[in-house]
Amino acid sequence: MALKELSSLEKFLGLKKHNKYSTQGDNKVPVLQSNNGPMVGLLTVCSHLVNEAKRPELLGTSTEHRAMVHQWLEYRVTKVDGCTREEAKTVLKDLNLYLQDKVYLAGNCFTLADALMYYGLHPLVVDLAVHEKEHYVNVTRWFDHLQHYPRLRHHLCPVVVLRNRVYISGHH
Amino acid sequence: MKLYISEGNPHCLKVVAAVELTLVQCDVQCVNHEERVVPFLSRPALPALLLPSGGHLFSSNAICQYLFETSGRKPNPLINQWLEWETTELQPALLQALHMAVLQGKATEASKILQGPLSYLDQCLSKGTTPCLTEESVSVVDVVLWGALHPFLSDSSPALGEWRCVQAWFERLAGEEACQAAVLKVLPGKGLEVLKPFVQRQPAPASSQRRDPQSCNSTASEAEDAVRVVSEEEMEAAALTWSRGLTACTEPPEKSHPILPQEGRRNLLLTSALPYVNNVPHLGNIIGCVLSADVFARYGRLRGWNVLYVCGTDEYGTATENKAREEGLTPQQICDKYHAVHAEIYSWFQVDFDFFGRTTTPKQTEIAQDIFWRLHERGFLLEDTVEQLRCEGCRRFLADRFVEGGCPHCSYPEARGDQCDKCGKLINAVELKNPLCKVCSKTPIIQSSKHLFLDLPKLESQLEQWLDKSTAAGDWTPNAKQITRSWLRDGLKPRCITRDLKWGTPVPHPDFKDKVFYVWFDAPIGYLSITANYTDQWEKWWKNPEQVELYNFMAKDNVPFHSVVFPSSLLGAQDNYTLVNHLVATEYLNYEDTKFSKSRGVGVFGDMAKDTGVPSDVWRFYLLYVRPEGQDSAFSWADMALKNNSELLNNLGNFINRAGMFVTKFFEGCVPAMELLAEDKTLLAQVGWELRQYISLMDKVKIRDGLKHILNISRHGNQYIQINEPWKKIKGGDQDRQRAGTVTGVSVNIACLLSVLLQPYIPTTSRTIREQLNAPAACVSTMLHAGGSFVCSLPAGHAIGTVSPLFQKLEADHIEALKKKFGGQQPEDEPPVKKAQKVAPDAAVAAAPVAVNDGAVVSGADPERAKQLMQAVAEQGDKVRVLKGQKAEKAAITLEVNKLLDLKKQLALAEGKSAEPTAPQKGKKK
Repeated sequence: MALKELSSLEKFLGLKKHNKYSTQGDNKVPVLQSNNGPMVGLLTVCSHLVNEAKRPELLGTSTEHRAMVHQWLEYRVTKVDGCTREEAKTVLKDLNLYLQDKVYLAGNCFTLADALMYYGLHPLVVDLAVHEKEHYVNVTRWFDHLQHYPRLRHHLCPVVVLRNRVYISGHH
Repeated sequence: MKLYISEGNPHCLKVVAAVELTLVQCDVQCVNHEERVVPFLSRPALPALLLPSGGHLFSSNAICQYLFETSGRKPNPLINQWLEWETTELQPALLQALHMAVLQGKATEASKILQGPLSYLDQCLSKGTTPCLTEESVSVVDVVLWGALHPFLSDSSPALGEWRCVQAWFERLAGEEACQAAVLKVLPGKGLEVLKPFVQRQPAPASSQRRDPQSCNSTASEAEDAVRVVSEEEMEAAALTWSRGLTACTEPPEKSHPILPQEGRRNLLLTSALPYVNNVPHLGNIIGCVLSADVFARYGRLRGWNVLYVCGTDEYGTATENKAREEGLTPQQICDKYHAVHAEIYSWFQVDFDFFGRTTTPKQTEIAQDIFWRLHERGFLLEDTVEQLRCEGCRRFLADRFVEGGCPHCSYPEARGDQCDKCGKLINAVELKNPLCKVCSKTPIIQSSKHLFLDLPKLESQLEQWLDKSTAAGDWTPNAKQITRSWLRDGLKPRCITRDLKWGTPVPHPDFKDKVFYVWFDAPIGYLSITANYTDQWEKWWKNPEQVELYNFMAKDNVPFHSVVFPSSLLGAQDNYTLVNHLVATEYLNYEDTKFSKSRGVGVFGDMAKDTGVPSDVWRFYLLYVRPEGQDSAFSWADMALKNNSELLNNLGNFINRAGMFVTKFFEGCVPAMELLAEDKTLLAQVGWELRQYISLMDKVKIRDGLKHILNISRHGNQYIQINEPWKKIKGGDQDRQRAGTVTGVSVNIACLLSVLLQPYIPTTSRTIREQLNAPAACVSTMLHAGGSFVCSLPAGHAIGTVSPLFQKLEADHIEALKKKFGGQQPEDEPPVKKAQKVAPDAAVAAAPVAVNDGAVVSGADPERAKQLMQAVAEQGDKVRVLKGQKAEKAAITLEVNKLLDLKKQLALAEGKSAEPTAPQKGKKK
């Protein structure tokens, strides 16, 4: 899972060279072997890729912005990954409230936090029934925006979030 | 800027320290634990920082990093990696440890949980060149880790143990004024008590792993899986071991029969539960007993122990008699026929018995009768009368499942002799109203008959004494201990050992001359008699507890007979019998999330495995990979294909093949000279460590966990090749070429080690690898000697053989076809009666459901299964209702409805009814 995500991110960042990753431990923590030794952890590897691609703005443009990005990245790996059904509800509820007046997770522009949160939330959102999608309307709006963000989606299936009378399941 | 903290919340420690250290201007306010500061979070999250922009930071690490950056420190990637490690690896362990220490008072166990992360931290500190983690002075990483660990490390708790570097680092941090101020503010008072109100509010930590059901019971702590940093000393030690090469050790002598216990060696007697002769074993049976014991027997032989592995078919009993009547043969003929089927299946699975016998032999009679008389003489048998149903038409007593009648509790007319399918209550067969013989439909009569009972209460204290010793000294699996304890806790009752049957070991007592021994008394004696058929000197194994260690392998349902009942018989017989030292019981293996069922044709049975086209080694590998060690697991086709393609093909096979191919292609088939660099030594140390783990797990019969370490070794190897790229270096200058040589040489030696470690699991492949590498025989004994040592067994100049790929990809469509074939959807067009008639050992037919609708045979009904299905039907019904309520897509509803109908059909079958009635019922409703 994490590995697919990494390769999607590489494509998104337009990196020419595709890295080979391994994983360690039962939680399949991704590892990238680099010249400075192994880099361990999804966030570490992703931040590295962003720097490789010379897109530091994706990690935040000011101290505050960087802290925000950091926080939502951390939220993704600690709260979203591996969450139970009950925890998923809390995650969606909280994000829905948070995104009420926001377009992106951190600040006013797209960051790595949006990309990874989109990848991480995808399995949760796919399973939502239509009425639940309506319930978490802010998350859905943000999610739909992200899945149409240029070159981001890659390995994931599009989720239909249209709110009209024809009810369509999210699975394709 | 405003920082909200709460007293006794360990996460607040680091942020307060960070404020003190960075001197960032910030108003700190102490609030209640439950105060919701961050408006959009439904659970209270403290510490929280209200930013000048009005936004909130609620992650303690983000706050710390923000504070440090505000004070002018530069962010760097190393900091990110440490902070990620802290949140994803250390914090989950800390939370669990806090729970244990603060709420359960288990301080020692709590510190055990922390050993992994602490050891990692210690190694990083010892390798680093600066006194702090990332630089000379205290950085955000130091503050964050100090704050996290403070509750455990502050009063030189046992957790610190031998981690010297951590200790020095921690003391330095604790000396910082900022840290001391933070402790005063956040954790006033002593010890962990102050954390109690906080910990109580945290959700109980899900024990270590999340979500992944397959990887639950590995005792190797997660920390061992985390980056293991190798120290200088380890590297040098590994290089030294490596340089020793093969000792002139003699290959363990070829097996020469009969194998007998020898003075001065470890003598292991292995048994696996005797499979019942007229069932074709399914995969669960195979992994539960014979395959597990086979792996351990092979491993024991590699270790140089003196191993005898015996097994055989259990052949006496009603079911055999009945099958014989069905097929028009004598019971003995039936046994002969099916014994051969069993033997063939196990030989296909490469189960290497030293002897595969059977229970219907004169030796069985002799030994069983001897034990019987000894028990009788010593007063351990009781006499009692039992009322039983007897069918005059069939001229025999009716076993519980051969009689049907009205339930005495609910009057359901088709209750069976032991249990009512309608009300589920247990029934004593003589209480049935209007009982009928299921074979001839005549009314049986009640007849009382005298029987003998083993006086278990009288043997109980002796048994308990022995059990205390055996379970403490031996390797009993937890389930074996627990099942045994629960039997003893409920108190033992006398158990009937005789039956009114013909097909069994005759009871020699003149008062009981038309009776035979009950199978539970008789069958375990089969282990002894089978050994006696193997060698006349069987008593050297079975009456020799001083020299022999006995291992019993079985699935958990068999535990009480091996831990309580059989040992009682042997103890009562007082003949210095060898009693079980190590009882190894597996949990159940399910089939694609349901049970194996012969009657419904669900699952793969031993005789069909070879017709799947999947090699025996792959079957072995996968079954051992999902061995239900510690908890139930499931066989899944998709998972088997995945594991074959990812682990066997891409990981193991790929590594071994590449190592061999490099030698062939780049070095004319001769192992090149090797000049070890630090990087190579690190690898040797890693591989050596995995090898030692493998040995210590296998010594304890943790077969599945052992396999994981083998796969880790080839993973290390693949990574090593990937980084060093010998295929590129070989085209370079002299130095590069030499590097390519070293990497190739080390890799091919790892391949040789793998061939040894794999032998117990996949013997054919192991042999192939050794042939391909032309590996010297002595490599086995050298590398698996004592704690295990990874030596250079293929030195420079060694000529290898022809290398070729070891495994093949399992294609998705092939697997899909197999899944369908064994999925248990019964072909509707085949008349059920026909199916019942051809219960033959050949593959295609054995797959067919047995005797579901045929009134003469009862084996189709399965109350346990029915109960489960009833539950499943109810749940599925709810699901469908919910879907309909949601007006879900029609296709989705239809899909779930079909599942429901299928479940209902299965339920009907499990209840022993014909599958049809569901449809008309539905019609009536409308």
